[in-house]
Amino acid sequence: MGRTLYEKIWAAHEVASGPGGRSLLYVDRHLIHDGSFHAFEALKAGGRQVRRPDACFATPDHYVPTRGRKRVADIADPMVRGKMEMLAANTAASGIVHYGMDDPRQGIVHVIGPEQGITQPGITLVCGDSHTSTHGAFGAMAFGIGASEVAHVLATQTLWARRAKTLRITVNGALRPGVHSKDIILAVIAKIGADGGAGHALEYAGAAIRALSMEARLTICNMSIEAGARCGMVAPDDTTFQYLEGRPQAPKGADWDRALARWRALPSDADARFDREVELDATALVPMLTWGTSPEDALPVTAVVPEGKPDALRYMGLQPGQALEGLAMDRVFIGSCTNSRIEDLRIAAAVVKGRKAMIPAMVVPGSGLVKQAAEAEGLDRIFRDAGLEWLAPGCSMCVGMNGDLVEAEQRCASTSNRNFEGRQGKGARTHLMSPAMAAAAAVTGRITDVRKLLAH
Amino acid sequence: MEPFTTLEAVAAPLDTANVDTDRIIPARFLRQPRSAGYHNWLFHDLREGGGFVLDDPAFKDAKILVAAENFGCGSSREGAVWALSGAGFRAWIAPSFGDIFFENSFKNGVLPVVLPAARVAAIRAMLAAKPGSRIAIDLAAQTVTLPDGSAERFDIDPFRRECLLNGWDEIDLTLQHEAAIAAHEARQRVETPWLATP
Ligand code: SF4
Repeated sequence: MGRTLYEKIWAAHEVASGPGGRSLLYVDRHLIHDGSFHAFEALKAGGRQVRRPDACFATPDHYVPTRGRKRVADIADPMVRGKMEMLAANTAASGIVHYGMDDPRQGIVHVIGPEQGITQPGITLVCGDSHTSTHGAFGAMAFGIGASEVAHVLATQTLWARRAKTLRITVNGALRPGVHSKDIILAVIAKIGADGGAGHALEYAGAAIRALSMEARLTICNMSIEAGARCGMVAPDDTTFQYLEGRPQAPKGADWDRALARWRALPSDADARFDREVELDATALVPMLTWGTSPEDALPVTAVVPEGKPDALRYMGLQPGQALEGLAMDRVFIGSCTNSRIEDLRIAAAVVKGRKAMIPAMVVPGSGLVKQAAEAEGLDRIFRDAGLEWLAPGCSMCVGMNGDLVEAEQRCASTSNRNFEGRQGKGARTHLMSPAMAAAAAVTGRITDVRKLLAH
Repeated sequence: MEPFTTLEAVAAPLDTANVDTDRIIPARFLRQPRSAGYHNWLFHDLREGGGFVLDDPAFKDAKILVAAENFGCGSSREGAVWALSGAGFRAWIAPSFGDIFFENSFKNGVLPVVLPAARVAAIRAMLAAKPGSRIAIDLAAQTVTLPDGSAERFDIDPFRRECLLNGWDEIDLTLQHEAAIAAHEARQRVETPWLATP
C-alpha cells in the first residue's frame, strides 16, 4: 500500500524507536524567537550546548516594538529591551544566525522561515510556537513545541514523538471573488471543530488547494493548530518549487536538482490510505468571520449569531439572532503570521484604496522584507492615505505582548488566528476574518461583506 | 525532575470546554522569568470577576484538576503548565487535551489522565456536590480512585509512565542514542548535504 506525505517524512527522520510506539525524530530546522529564553535558561541550567547551531535560525517577533522603532539600546521599556538583548546574547553565544531587530530580514518566525528558504519540502521543522504548523504548506513536517522540548532539540537535535493519525481535507471547486484561503480554513475549523484534528496530521488537498499561491497555503496550514492538529501540510508542487528557487537558504546548483528530484517523490501515493477524510466545496464558500471565543465559532458573513454558547455570547456582548453583517467594530488589525505577507497586504490595499478608514486600523507587515516590498509597490501610501497606520514588523496585536493591545469590550476585526478570551487584551472582543474583510471593516467601521465593495 | 508515583489529594472541577492557554495564563504575564512565580497569574482574568471555582476555600489545597474537553488547547507556552504546577497541581484529568499542553505536562512531572467524557463529567459533578472531596491516583497501577470509592483504569504511554515514575531527565535518556543520532547525521551529509553542517 502507498504512503502518505506525512508517513514518508516520518520514515526518513526516524533515528530510533522507543517503547510505546514512540520514535526519536531528527530535526532538520529549528526556528527560535524572543520567547525562547526559557529554553536557553533550561539548557544552561543543565550545563548543555547547542548541538547544531547551523540548523537554528532566530529572530525577535513576540515582544518587538512596532512603533517608533530605533536601535535596541533605545527601547524605553526595559522588559522589552531585555528580551531583544537576551535573544541576541543567547544566539551569539551558541553561534546561531540571528536576524535582529534592526536587520531588514527580521520578522515573525513563520514569515521569515519561508521567505529565507529555510522552510523546505520533506524536512522536519520545529519552533517553540504552536503556529509552526504554518511551514507544512511546503510539504514539511512542522510542529510547535514547548520550552522543555525546545531545550531538548537544542541539546540533541531530536525529539520524541508518537506518530499521529492522518486526516485528509479535500477542498474541491474554486474560490469566488472576494473569498480567500482564510475563509477556507475558517470553514474547515467550523466544520471539524477546535479539537477536530487532535491527534492527527492534516493534509490539505483538492483542486482549490492546488490553485492557491504559496502564501495562501501558508495561511491555511497556519491555522491547523486551531483545529487541534499539531501539524498540517500541503504536498509540494511546481508552485512550491518556484517559490523556493533562489531563496537565500534554499539549495543551489547541483544540490537544487538533487533536492527537486527528492521533493517530487514526496506527495502522498495515489493508493495511500488516510485514517479520516473530510471534504469541502470552495465554490460554495462566502466570506467568513468568527463571532465567539473559539476559532470554531466561524460563520458566513451572511449569517446571524447562533444560540448555544452563553459564555461566549456574554464575553462578546452579542445576542442570538443578531446579524453579523453591520456589527460595529472599534478597531482593525491587519497582520500576524496568518495574514501579513505581501499578497495579504495587496488584497487589503485593493479594498481600502480611494476610501477612508472610519475606525483606528493598524497594518503590521510580517517581516522587514515584506515591508520593503510593500513600500516599493506603494502599498504603504495607499494605507496611509486611507488613514491606516503603517507599522514595523512583528506579532503586535495578535497577542499584544509588545503592548499593542485592544481595550476591554472593544471589538477588533483581526486577520490573526485566535479569538480566545483576553488574547488581544483583557476583555478584548476579537473577530477573525480575511485581510479583505478586515480592510472592508476598516473603511466602513462595521462588518461588511467585502464582495459589496468589490462590486463598485 | 520530581518522580510521580501516587497522589492522594483534593480535586477541583472545571466545567468549561476548550479552556485555552491564554485563559490559564494571559500572554501578557509571560514576559516574566519563570522564577517570578507563574502561579500568581493562574486564571488571572477569570478570577477577577470573583466566584471562580479555585477560589472556593474548599479547593485551597487541590492538587488535581478535573477539566472538560480539549483542556489546554492553544499556544505552546509551557507557562500554562508552570502556572498550574506552581499552584500545587500535580495531575489533571480530562476527556481530551491540547496536544502540546499534554506533552508539556509530562516534561514538568505532571500526569495528564484521559478518561471517557461521560465519566469525567460524572467526576466533576461528584466534586461539585461535595467540595473538598479527594481523589487518589496510582500511576504504577494506572488507576484513579474516586471519592465514592469506585476505581477507574487509565491508559498511558509506557515510556511516559517510566519517565514520570523515575523522574528521569529526557535529554539524558535521548543521549543514550548518540550513536544513532550521529549515524543519521552522517547519512544526512550524503543524501541531503544542503541540510547538513557545512
Ligand atoms: S503572529 Fe501571533 S500567532 Fe503568530 S507567532 Fe506571533 S503571536 Fe503567535
